[in-house]
Amino acid sequence: MKFGVVVFPGSNCDEDMRHVLGDVLGQEVDMLWHKNDKLEGFGPGDCIVLPGGFSYGDYLRSGAIAKLSPIMQQVITFANSGGYVIGICNGFQILCESGLLPGVLLANDSQKFICKNLHVKVDNADTPFTQKASADQVLKIPIAHADGRYYATAEVLKTLEDNNQVLFRYCAEDASLGDGHNPNGSLNHIAGICNAGQNVFGMMPHPERASEDILGNTQGRLLFESLIEASKKASLEGAIA
Amino acid sequence: MQTAEALPTVEVAQKLGLTEDEFHKIVEIMGRTPNFTELSIFSVMWSEHCSYKNSITYLKKLPRKGEHLLVEAGEENAGLIDIGDGLACAFKIESHNHPSAIEPYQGAATGVGGIHRDIFTMGARPIAALNSLRFGDIDNPKTQHLMKGVVKGIGNYGNCFGVPTVGGEVYFDKCYQQNILVNAMSVGIVKVGETVSAIADGPGNPVLIVGSATGKDGIHGATFASADLTEDSSQDLPAVQVGDPFQEKLLLEATLEAIKTGAIVGMQDMGAAGITCSTSEMSAKSKTGMKIDLDKVPTRQADMKPFEILLSESQERMLIVCHKGQEQKLYDVFDKWDLECEHIGEVTDTGIIDFYAKGELVASVPADPLVLGGGAPVYDRMYSRPAYLDEVSAFSIDKVKEPTDLVAAARQVFASPNIVSKRWIYQQYDSMVRTNTMTTNAISDAAVIRLKDSKKSLVVTVDCNGSYVYANPYVGAMIAVSEAARNIVCSGGEPAAITNCLNFGNPYDEGVYYQFVNALKGMGEACEKFNTPVTGGNVSFYNQSVYKDSTEPVFPTPTIGMLGIMEEGKKHMTMDFKQAGDEIYLIGDVVNDIGSSEYVKIVHGIDKSTVPHFDLQKEFDLQTALKGLISSDAVCSLHDISEGGLFTCLMESSMPNNLGFVINTDAAYRKDAYLFGEAQSRVVASVAADKVAEFENQLAAQNVLFYKLGKVSNGDLAIDGQDFGSLAGWTEMYNTTIENKLEN
Repeated sequence: MKFGVVVFPGSNCDEDMRHVLGDVLGQEVDMLWHKNDKLEGFGPGDCIVLPGGFSYGDYLRSGAIAKLSPIMQQVITFANSGGYVIGICNGFQILCESGLLPGVLLANDSQKFICKNLHVKVDNADTPFTQKASADQVLKIPIAHADGRYYATAEVLKTLEDNNQVLFRYCAEDASLGDGHNPNGSLNHIAGICNAGQNVFGMMPHPERASEDILGNTQGRLLFESLIEASKKASLEGAIA
Repeated sequence: MQTAEALPTVEVAQKLGLTEDEFHKIVEIMGRTPNFTELSIFSVMWSEHCSYKNSITYLKKLPRKGEHLLVEAGEENAGLIDIGDGLACAFKIESHNHPSAIEPYQGAATGVGGIHRDIFTMGARPIAALNSLRFGDIDNPKTQHLMKGVVKGIGNYGNCFGVPTVGGEVYFDKCYQQNILVNAMSVGIVKVGETVSAIADGPGNPVLIVGSATGKDGIHGATFASADLTEDSSQDLPAVQVGDPFQEKLLLEATLEAIKTGAIVGMQDMGAAGITCSTSEMSAKSKTGMKIDLDKVPTRQADMKPFEILLSESQERMLIVCHKGQEQKLYDVFDKWDLECEHIGEVTDTGIIDFYAKGELVASVPADPLVLGGGAPVYDRMYSRPAYLDEVSAFSIDKVKEPTDLVAAARQVFASPNIVSKRWIYQQYDSMVRTNTMTTNAISDAAVIRLKDSKKSLVVTVDCNGSYVYANPYVGAMIAVSEAARNIVCSGGEPAAITNCLNFGNPYDEGVYYQFVNALKGMGEACEKFNTPVTGGNVSFYNQSVYKDSTEPVFPTPTIGMLGIMEEGKKHMTMDFKQAGDEIYLIGDVVNDIGSSEYVKIVHGIDKSTVPHFDLQKEFDLQTALKGLISSDAVCSLHDISEGGLFTCLMESSMPNNLGFVINTDAAYRKDAYLFGEAQSRVVASVAADKVAEFENQLAAQNVLFYKLGKVSNGDLAIDGQDFGSLAGWTEMYNTTIENKLEN
């Protein structure tokens, strides 16, 4: 499996993502420049990562300019052909702006940037991004964003819930849900969702900041390890078929 | 030379902030009366902000040499320390007080941007930011407006730029009511030998300007920073710069990439005094000159006057001297990052900087006389002991009545905005980006930053209690250095070097200058003791508020930014109690002292009292002993006793893991002094039962005093058998006091 981490002007978690995927998890990682209008060498089972940061300075709206970049046209094609795409924080915002995921991320209800550790609950442990977790498992993963309030129409929300597309919800350490544990006012306490095809996934918390012993938290690694295992399994099944 | 305009007079020079003597000196240097543009250049370059004219005599007395220093203080844009493994650390702290007092959001944001630029202009990648803030009364609406703006400004700039804010300090006192302090520090890493100097070698080499276009913002900002703030200062709004962190992020990445091409001779960022400062400082350092065509400078608006282009402090710009013939390499890099890069002139061998506009020479000034160490004036001001110090020394603990209700007193002290959690502030800063912050999940007295290219870690802190320095400038400044070192040692690091941000009042006030001279003396002695040389920093005078019938200087606030190193294999020591049953010790002396404590100010309303008890040798011995305790794994936690005294220290160690303490005081001492006194050189340790003997033996062998206070509990808080209530209640007060004030 190969990872590609997109570098937009203003991306600032690109190097963190490369470090975790490459140095910590030993995966092959390519850095992909935003002006690239080709995406060569990536096939089904590989994954493109849209990292956190402030792509294009978050001008106009978080993610609004990034969706127009040459590389994103390639990423959209790649996703539509079944390739894995992950968006973290600003990456999640870009996925929503570009229509690869439904809904939108609005300014936090506090109108402030918030950076802190918090807890999320795994809502669906039966996806490529969460399969190594157990249902309702609570993970401590930090957030750092100003625009993280997930919003969608009632209809879209219902579809997401009916299809089990909500993968993570903000919660208390004991897994209970409540407004006091929702840092930004997200509807249904949504912290991360996937598309109907389960190959595109976005979340506001930063799992790459919780993937190393030296930082005192490795609970975010579960996500990347899930995907690596899913990809391995898929390619094995492909080989057998 | 353009001669259409009338030549300026002494009165014009004074309006630009120069003195009459300085005007005559300029005429002498030039051999003629300068035109307005030239006079403007001198006025900014000879402002305190750029020339250090009122401080350099004393700055030079600070210890500035050390085996690990790669450049001497003042030589480059920031200090540079060899940290081993082929790496060097560039770090510096700088003030942005006056802009922030007028326009808090942009003032603070550009303060952060400016200090990061000082670091990456040397070729180092910024990896951590810290800040030190001072505000007036937190309940005052104006203070809250300033706080919200400053915090948002620091947050938005640093968060977007992508460098974590890992530490800081905030104090509130009415002396900062009009004149807040915003000091920002940046820490960067570069491979030894890959740094870039601010030089302009090689006549004939092209001079390039890179980054944002030049606008009318920040004109005369350096002069503005060197004058008293008055009630009319908001009319100086154009003197405040506007920042764009996205541009700075592009400039950072492009600059570091451009250095790798080998085409760069020298580089300097444009901060105070813009093009003027960068051209003259680079030329003066190389004993060269420059010929600059101002028409080639990209501007944001048409018809900017030459002096406006020269003095603009528009942010996110760099001046680069390039090897002739290698320009294309740089154009390619900046084009990749969509940044403007314009060829605006050449290096010359004349020692003179000639600025042209519309084909005419509009200013011609010699480089060397403009700069510090060249011809810029140097003053040794008069000073005398200020009268308030008599009131300070008249203080005696015996005149202060001990409170009957200790719990109520503890509550009053603990609820002080200077004591409670600053989470309302620091949660607005991204503290984790770059995934190196080791203190997110393991808190210690100083921030610990992992280095991905080394097995070592950096340990960093900013410290200064201005009220101690007010009470005794000499001892107070020693304490600032000592506390910074203590915080680093308590975290498992070894203090290496400091940068300082010297915030004082008007240097022409003899009492203020007394504070300055004595604070620097104390700072120097403490730096000698801890072998932490001064690598650079910034002087900010004129921090005082001018009211209708009085002038009030801020507390003398010489903020210390200290860098420490945690060697490979050393333990990162944390400050939180680990488990119930562990023994709690106080290491250091118990003293009947409440001088300058939060307690004496808040509970007794006394704002002038003696500096806390302090002895530099005892401090040194304590720190040596602490290093030994960490090395031999004899302690579970270390936390230094600072503002709020022992009680606050114990609470801060208890709250993270929902533990508590059951302790006894010593009847030989006043209980208020025991619990709330801020005598220095003291640390609270928790020790596992099986390490008690080793702990006690080590300290006894080193003649460092220690007292067994009691035990870590499961959440009970008891002192001498008296119940201090539930931990949850105290924690709630600690966490929410500031946000309740600001969000309602």
